[in-house]
Amino acid sequence: MKQKIVVAGNGMVGYKFCEKLIAKNELAKYELVVFGEEPRPAYDRVHLSAYFEGKTAEDLTMAPLEWYTKNNIQLILSDPVSQIDPVRKTVTSMKGVVVSYDKLIMATGSAAFVPPIPGSEKDGVFVYRTIEDLDLILEYSKKAKKGAVIGGGLLGLEAAKAVADLGLETHVIEFAPRLMPRQLDEAGAVVLKDKIEELGITVHLSKSTASIDGEHAIRSLTFTDGIELDIDMLVISAGIKPRDEVAVKAGLEVGKRGGIVVNDYMQTSHPDIYAIGECALYKEMIYGLVAPGYEMAEVAVAHIVGTERIFAPYDMSTKLKLLGVDVASYGDCYGTTPQSKTIVFEDKVKGIYKRMNISEDGKTLYGGILVGEAENYNMLLQTFKNGIVLPPNPEDLMLGSRGGSESSGHGLSMLPDDALICSCEGVSKGDICGAVRDKDINDLAGMKACNKAGTGCGGCVPMVKDLINDTMKSMGKVIKTVLCEHFSYSRQELYDLVRIQEIKTFDQALDQLGKGCGCEVCKPAIASILASTWNEMILKHAPLQDTNDKFLANIQKGGTYSVVPRIPGGEITPDKLIVIGSVAKKYNLYTKITGGQRIDMFGAHVHELPDIWEELIDAGFESGHAYGKALRTVKSCVGSTWCRFGLHDSVGFAIRIEERYRGLRAPHKLKSAVSGCVRECAEAQSKDFGIIATEKGWNLFVCGNGGSKPQHALLFASDIDEKTCIQYIDRFLMFYMKTAEPLSRTATWLNKMEGGINYLKEVIIQDSLGICDQLEKEMQFMVDTYACEWAEVVRNPELRKRFKHFINSDEADPTVAFKTEREQKFPVDWK
Amino acid sequence: MEEKKLTDEIGQLQKISWIKVCTTDSIPENEGGCVKIKDKQIAIFNFTKTGEWFATDNQCPHKMQMILSRGMLGDQAGEPKVACPYHKKTFSLHTGECLSGEEYSIQTYPVKVEKNEVFIGMTV
Ligand code: SRM
Ligand SMILES: Cc1cc2nc3c(=O)[nH]c(=O)nc-3n(C[C@H](O)[C@H](O)[C@H](O)COP(=O)(O)OP(=O)(O)OC[C@H]3O[C@@H](n4cnc5c(N)ncnc54)[C@H](O)[C@@H]3O)c2cc1C
Ligand code: SF4
Ligand code: FES
Repeated sequence: MKQKIVVAGNGMVGYKFCEKLIAKNELAKYELVVFGEEPRPAYDRVHLSAYFEGKTAEDLTMAPLEWYTKNNIQLILSDPVSQIDPVRKTVTSMKGVVVSYDKLIMATGSAAFVPPIPGSEKDGVFVYRTIEDLDLILEYSKKAKKGAVIGGGLLGLEAAKAVADLGLETHVIEFAPRLMPRQLDEAGAVVLKDKIEELGITVHLSKSTASIDGEHAIRSLTFTDGIELDIDMLVISAGIKPRDEVAVKAGLEVGKRGGIVVNDYMQTSHPDIYAIGECALYKEMIYGLVAPGYEMAEVAVAHIVGTERIFAPYDMSTKLKLLGVDVASYGDCYGTTPQSKTIVFEDKVKGIYKRMNISEDGKTLYGGILVGEAENYNMLLQTFKNGIVLPPNPEDLMLGSRGGSESSGHGLSMLPDDALICSCEGVSKGDICGAVRDKDINDLAGMKACNKAGTGCGGCVPMVKDLINDTMKSMGKVIKTVLCEHFSYSRQELYDLVRIQEIKTFDQALDQLGKGCGCEVCKPAIASILASTWNEMILKHAPLQDTNDKFLANIQKGGTYSVVPRIPGGEITPDKLIVIGSVAKKYNLYTKITGGQRIDMFGAHVHELPDIWEELIDAGFESGHAYGKALRTVKSCVGSTWCRFGLHDSVGFAIRIEERYRGLRAPHKLKSAVSGCVRECAEAQSKDFGIIATEKGWNLFVCGNGGSKPQHALLFASDIDEKTCIQYIDRFLMFYMKTAEPLSRTATWLNKMEGGINYLKEVIIQDSLGICDQLEKEMQFMVDTYACEWAEVVRNPELRKRFKHFINSDEADPTVAFKTEREQKFPVDWK
Repeated sequence: MEEKKLTDEIGQLQKISWIKVCTTDSIPENEGGCVKIKDKQIAIFNFTKTGEWFATDNQCPHKMQMILSRGMLGDQAGEPKVACPYHKKTFSLHTGECLSGEEYSIQTYPVKVEKNEVFIGMTV
């Protein structure tokens, strides 16, 4: 007979329990039934805020529904356990399902604690715990302007970031006289507060809320000191309350302030019922973090399958990024250990505070705090946890070895093999190094698959990477950046080899330099190298291209494509505008002015692309390469021809630049802009190369970008004439194309370059490597051999044939579906 | 010849019927194409590198897009695979299993080539 295990709660820890039980490979002995109150399977609550940053519920899911089916777990969602009968050993769900159990696991987590403030039921008052909470907040925030968060602890500040990201004026209200009173001391909290206020968030300390006011919806808060704060949205994040209500009804022992009491094996007062995660009270303590919850799951599994493991009081050290500020605390962070000494470092300018509490003889680390910069957290934590003897200047460990001074020789090698590196998954240093040595694991992805290190909160990832590299080095293995399993070369090496060995096709490259059949990483990378070297028609290498380059258009939701003709410098005649309008109308395309000063037409079926382009090319347009890792747009401002401040003709220059580099394939896309004066209306300083007019000529800036990691371009040369400017850009682009890793923009490339911008200037301006002639020649070849690829396709019946959905029918894809909004068509949403 | 007999026999055993879908030259080397069989969309891959042909569902289970025939071919440790153009999830062409660590998989179908014609096997 199989033993029946019922799990109440499908949150992070409840899920982990199932995963760990399965890992024991004894599933044949058990039948698992899981009840979840939420409508979806367990998701990563720790990264809940990522939901506001574009992650979907699905991205956050711990395992999809198929995983439960595959492992024979019966998962019942949207139906919480409402009753337990410990005598008959049954549970009853809200919807009336009755299931008997041999073992019951309570993994009901906790709920947000809402203090009894009058008015907390009003519209516009939220908590921050589930995806549904976030959906409600998102919806409501659309009509709100000013938001506040009650609670200045870890969760409160997470919520504050979300409110601020939603574009609301944001206030944080904390009852205690400082932020994060549980993790930080006074001085650390002040630094954090300053940093947060720099972001435009107002922090109110020592404030308690007397009432939430407004008719139906919240209008303002009144504090106990009589002061009022006008707001129209409130998130309460004042702590957590264990979900023990069902346990209480069943007569299980609970703590005075809530929480189901458990012993060392996670058993409750009823030995067949276990409690794990945030609902469990162990030695008077609720652990509000995921790592101890996972350990509880491990302990409960061990006890059920009959192996020995007990829960030990867990270290509550944490490192977080709150509102972009690193905050970490570990061990005895306040220095309450008798006879401890404290070292403090504070930099008010940069907003950095660091503290370490050590023993009188300076040998033992008791704990500490890091605010504003926590790079050394992992090392400090390991030193503390493993009782490693501190170096003669213990502050080095906290500050990092500073300019010039010898490194303190205190590194990963000092850690004992049993030092726990990934506490979420319980992976030790020995496990990681062993996997490199014995299982031939040599990268992070392999390690994650091997023992799950780094898959939880992700805090240990830098350390795991260092351990992998150190171990490989110690084994005499060379660590180099290789493209993928098929090519053991870096992009730069491949670039040189392709040129030297005159390689013209992917198969040739594979035969001479690689192995296997290639993959989605090396194929586009080699295609880009071939294009940057020989500048041949891109469709000659169609099988190597990402779908965008394969169909010379960007694929969009639903399977249709966009059409972006080049509009150099953003300048366009009324006649050409009319052509775009009439083509879009004829083929029923959605139109939008892009952020790159041109017009994008969306929603073309693959078979329509050649016809559309034929009409555009007849009217004098050419490909805009919006689909390629190639030059995109050169933005311009109106410049001296019209603008009263303009110093030179920025539009004219932008057009000349765009026409010179159009079609150029590079490791990543390239963007540029030309502004007519320092007012910088073309945003040249956010481009891969940007040009700004000066009284005497032009200033050239390089290596900027927008995107997810914006970076300003750096001044490269001042007051140069147009000819010199183009000469420098020729050299600069060619040097980038030769030496950058695949998919790295110019900014990333420069950031990794030893010697940085000064070195780059030496190579490009002073010609320190003696390669500038060569670079210029190579660029001139690219310029001379440019041809519009769409013009070629339109004229070539063989190439036109590629643009079809079915090979055995002329029909369009019948599954493509549109809806109408704001008088235009849009694809229907993802399913 | 030997091999062909074997596929035929397997076909017989599983009550597979072979449907002629296209000629070998209608799918470019190392690329895919989509065929319509009744209301079903099947992706066929001309894996020229090893001289094999594969067939799978055209729909990617990640966001239910009809797209895999436009995916990129390759191998992972010798296992032939296709990468979805949308978010680069990869699937084994042998088993249909997702090789980028997701739980879902795609259906694969047997393919045989006779003279210059491509057939795929479907259970009826
Ligand atoms: C259409 C447009 C948005 C709009 O409605 O305005 C757009 C749309 C896309 N952008 Fe963009 N970007 C557009 C301007 C921008 C800008 C603004 C600018 O150029 O001034 C930026 C920030 C500036 C920058 O790149 O430095 C921008 C940063 C990105 C990034 C992030 C790049 C980075 O280095 O982090 C990506 C992702 C990528 O390229 O890997 C991206 C990728 C995309 C893709 C290609 C995503 C995709 O593969 O489907 C979008 C499809 C376009 C299509 O179907 O035609 N788009 N994108 C803009 C087209 C400009 C044009 O005329 O070509
Ligand atoms: C915004 C936010 C940020 C966080 N950041 C961090 C962080 O950086 N680091 C960290 O370590 N921790 C963090 N946490 C805490 C972490 O998420 C929790 O410790 C963890 O989720 C606890 O897991 P659990 O399974 O015990 O509870 P939960 O994840 O809450 O899951 C419990 C589940 O049980 C369900 N349930 C309740 N009652 C019943 C019932 N009777 N029957 C069936 N189902 C029921 C609930 O609906 C819920 O789905 C954060 C939490 C939040 C909200
Ligand atoms: S257009 Fe650019 S910013 Fe907008 S969703 Fe697409 S990739 Fe993201
Ligand atoms: S739709 Fe295929 S990977 Fe996302």
